[in-house]
Amino acid sequence: MKQPTDFIEAKNISVSFSQHEIFSNLSFKIFDDDFFCLIGKNGIGKTTLVKTILGQLHKTNGEIIFSKKFKSSLSFGYVPQFRNIDQDYPLSIRNFVSLRLFQPLVPWFSKKEKDIVDTALKRVGIFDIASRKLGSASGGEKQKAYLAQAILYDPQLLILDESTASLDTVSKFDVMDAVKNLNDKYGTTVIFISHDIPLVEKYGKHSLELKGDGKYSYKKIN
Amino acid sequence: MFALEFMRNAYLAGSLISLVCGIVGVFVMARRLSFLTHTLSEIGFSGASFGIWIGIPPLNGMLFFTLLSAIFTGKLGKRKEQSDAATSAVSALFMGLGVLFLSLSNKNSSYATNILFGSIVGISSSEVYQIVFLALAVLFIMILLYRRLKFTSFDPEGAGIVYKHENILSILFLVILAMSVSISAQIVGSLLVFVLITLPAASAQNFCKSVFGEIVFSTILALIGTWLGLYLSYVTNWPVTFFIALFEAIVFVFSLAGKQIIQRI
Repeated sequence: MKQPTDFIEAKNISVSFSQHEIFSNLSFKIFDDDFFCLIGKNGIGKTTLVKTILGQLHKTNGEIIFSKKFKSSLSFGYVPQFRNIDQDYPLSIRNFVSLRLFQPLVPWFSKKEKDIVDTALKRVGIFDIASRKLGSASGGEKQKAYLAQAILYDPQLLILDESTASLDTVSKFDVMDAVKNLNDKYGTTVIFISHDIPLVEKYGKHSLELKGDGKYSYKKIN
Repeated sequence: MFALEFMRNAYLAGSLISLVCGIVGVFVMARRLSFLTHTLSEIGFSGASFGIWIGIPPLNGMLFFTLLSAIFTGKLGKRKEQSDAATSAVSALFMGLGVLFLSLSNKNSSYATNILFGSIVGISSSEVYQIVFLALAVLFIMILLYRRLKFTSFDPEGAGIVYKHENILSILFLVILAMSVSISAQIVGSLLVFVLITLPAASAQNFCKSVFGEIVFSTILALIGTWLGLYLSYVTNWPVTFFIALFEAIVFVFSLAGKQIIQRI
């Protein structure tokens, strides 16, 4: 097995909001092709940490070092925790995924853009059901559609924020298998935020558990 | 029928307005702004009667009032924009003001009826030019912003990750909405603006799977309704608004029934 190369390294980072410390002196590494799991209780700062890594929030102290590869083209896909898709939602899965296509000023899609959507749909395994309405899709299919939208431009880093929290056991593993496939086959580095310890142990490669009061544990999973 | 100038004007203005409403309506539905649309049209009513009172064209008064409230609502932000109680209060206040302005202006009640229920057949050439100009402006902005608007209207959470400045876009959309409400009030009247803005889009939503499909369908529905309404009104001498409302409501009921049949198969 090849030696894993560093992708993101955090050195002693601290973040606080108006005197209140969210975490402090946190050090960990995320490797290239990593399946990095971020665990901990609600409100302990998992999403804050991810936002700090992405540079959307300012850290109070410490240093985050990115690999040259990531620095040259900062591309990431993010699957947010909540999405408001009700039963009457009109768009098909394909059209939902296509929403992210960004070619300013041109209202219609080019052949190349349609290919990008096809590729993303195939990679998460929902190409065959892409013409179904997203509103009537199952929870797992919805998550895969969100996943397809997030990986549309083939990002180096994919972040899943509690993506499996609302799913039953079967669809949970189904969605995670799709994520694992992206990680194995296409070398997408994954940050997986979750509560679900069994899932983390099954799919994760490294885990960082935030325990509050400045305590944390960073370890390699088997 | 087309030998008469006022009918030609009515058809020209009506067609452009339907086009605008068909397109804007799809985004109104996706952004869940139909209640706000209704309130804007009531604000438009008070703007129009304000115009009559101080002696400017009602359309200008309407534009002035709706644009101001669109920008103000946009600044309040998403949560308040959808807060029903606040919207009801604002709408009550403006309806009251509208009645006050009308009574101050000492005009007879036919003015009120025209503003509230539309008066497309009485439209003048200069008003038609203004409507054409406004409609083209709205269409132009919509084409330029099409992809961004699509993303933020149909997947606000996803768009929020990719783009910044979503708030400016949402204010811009409210401005577009204000312009659309003001011009469509010229045909159907300010009380029934949603007949052209939300009903065709709501019907289209029941049997379309793409944004573009919805736009095509809702535009066609708005156009047929307006054309049919003008024609039937010409023949029967009954109000245009009645026929448009009847047509759009029937189509909506059919689209609901059709949707249930599709779901059962």
